[in-house]
Amino acid sequence: MSASVLIGYFDSEEKVLDATRAVREAGYALHDVYTPYAVHGMDDAMGLRPSRLTWVCFGAGLTGAAAALSLQYYTSVVSWPLNVGGKPFNSFPAFIPVSFELTVLFAALTTVAAFLIRAKLFPGNKRVALPRVTDDRFAIAVEPREAPADMAAAEDVLRRHGAVEMARVEVAS
Amino acid sequence: MSNQHLSPLRVPLVSEARTLGQLTEEICAPMERPPTWKWWAAFAIAVSILGTGAGIVAYQVGTGIGVWGLNKTVGWAFDITNFVFWVGIGHAGTLISAILFLFRQKWRTSINRAAEAMTLFAVMCAALFPVIHMGRPWLAFWVLPYPNTRGSLWVNFRSPLLWDVFAISTYFTVSAVFWYVGLIPDLATVRDRAKAGIRKAVFKVLSLGWTGSHRTWSRYETVYLLLAGLATPLVLSVHTIVSMDFATSVIPGWHTTIFPPYFVAGAVFSGFAMVLTLMIITRVVLGYEHLITIRHLENMTKVIIVTGGIVSLAYGTEVFIAWYSGNEYERYAFLNRAFGPYAWAYWTMVTCNVVSPHLFWFKKIRTSPAAIFVLSLVINVGMWFERFVIIVTSLHRDFLPSSWSMYTPTAVEVGTFIGTFGLFFTLFLLFVRVLPIISIGEVKSVLGFAREPGEVPADSGTRKPAHSAPEPLPAAQGSMAAPALAMATRKDVPV
Repeated sequence: MSASVLIGYFDSEEKVLDATRAVREAGYALHDVYTPYAVHGMDDAMGLRPSRLTWVCFGAGLTGAAAALSLQYYTSVVSWPLNVGGKPFNSFPAFIPVSFELTVLFAALTTVAAFLIRAKLFPGNKRVALPRVTDDRFAIAVEPREAPADMAAAEDVLRRHGAVEMARVEVAS
Repeated sequence: MSNQHLSPLRVPLVSEARTLGQLTEEICAPMERPPTWKWWAAFAIAVSILGTGAGIVAYQVGTGIGVWGLNKTVGWAFDITNFVFWVGIGHAGTLISAILFLFRQKWRTSINRAAEAMTLFAVMCAALFPVIHMGRPWLAFWVLPYPNTRGSLWVNFRSPLLWDVFAISTYFTVSAVFWYVGLIPDLATVRDRAKAGIRKAVFKVLSLGWTGSHRTWSRYETVYLLLAGLATPLVLSVHTIVSMDFATSVIPGWHTTIFPPYFVAGAVFSGFAMVLTLMIITRVVLGYEHLITIRHLENMTKVIIVTGGIVSLAYGTEVFIAWYSGNEYERYAFLNRAFGPYAWAYWTMVTCNVVSPHLFWFKKIRTSPAAIFVLSLVINVGMWFERFVIIVTSLHRDFLPSSWSMYTPTAVEVGTFIGTFGLFFTLFLLFVRVLPIISIGEVKSVLGFAREPGEVPADSGTRKPAHSAPEPLPAAQGSMAAPALAMATRKDVPV
């Protein structure tokens, strides 16, 4: 089944923020907002919850630290202990630099990978951006109910908040 | 952006009024027009230096590093100096992109992309030196801890040289990822501007299907913040670990606990000087004076004053501690630096690094691109000599006077060093041609900084869109914004 989505185009971040708030207050389902740059305050306007990627980052960092310490412990104590001037095999302070680097490496790579997966960004992606939203237009995609009156009311909300152009698009839902 | 809470004293970050569309056009323009003869000339010079350098590297790898001027007393000299020099330069990019981001220094937006690129290229140049130094670079993978048929003979995790391997490779990887994540939205902008053809196809793949969706932007901002938080301690750790190559040894002049902060400050000092060198040329050549403004240059010179001060303090502390320690080897190492056979290198270093940054106290010098350019070169010369002085003067007269000797670089060593400049500038020149060198998305987000909402001109519909896609239906009352805010179309603006 396909749904009809109403797209309103705006030319400034102030207007798109106002319009987004208005659309939500009017009770329409907000499909998404498309902007050429990260508009601050939009998270609140759209009612988005904070991303959970921070937890992925934390977990990956812990994994990296654990992996680095186990690798160093295994190679220096279990697999081939080398007696260097009677120093302890498990020379923990000397293991800190490598552990730190691997913590950062795991955390950074995993976070970015998780982000790309969650945002469905990958090479060969068939998605196409709306006209000019990567340049100088801000677009709100609203999902009003099918009734024509409802559609007209949604258009009216967008227009009152300064939409410069509008379009109706059928999207697979 | 919540700019309404700004003090009225704030100065706009983009010094001339621009619409969002004009910014896109200006920043993308250099990639979309054919290169000028000046670019070709610069590129030809860079590539020929790179080619010569590659030939010299091939020669020394084929012959063995006996072609260097090293001897049994001075076992580290030019090669390691150059390694530390390039790694140091590579610190500014991540500092600008990560640390200034965490400190909410919005002026960073127009220089971070180029500075990060510079970081990557500098780290590539740096990584070449230890690999060549191995003598048998095809066995470079031996520095990695992998199960092997030699009994599983592991690498020594207690060695600072191995820490270096992890630090530099992590730094390069994370910086590259950080840079690429920052590029994705701009790659999409370039994709959407491109007409059909190979450019469109390439950028379509590179931009990973970015649509500008705010749900994605929201996560993107989180990821960017996390990466900045990770890169900040990382950048400090890298030169700390590089300094431990020296500080954990027992050589007088190396064996000091102040090395980590001293090296990190020195790295930032030289890195900012290199960013200034490149940005001063780039902003003029590409006409970005209103994006990379005098204020950006001035801010960077202020960072140089601070880091230069830390470096000077470290020089003073070293000399004081050498005297105060009562250790005669330590004392001699510093007397020998200042008055021995390499005194000329020491005093070059002091003049360039301690004296010259103080010229930046004068507002006239801070705001003159020509003066900053000259001083940035002076500082980089000084920082190269710092590493040379630390490495060579500490080694050439060691504990036993019978083994004292002198070191002079050979043509092969000098040629390798010059060759890395060829690599660096070749990569940088390619970068300014094929990617947007200013972060379009980030500059757009600060366009309204310290400007009234209405002051940012909006061009509505008057401009012919660069897209092939048809315009959406005009709104029934689309005239609301259009005539009142319409301003000169972009054809009137030189781009």
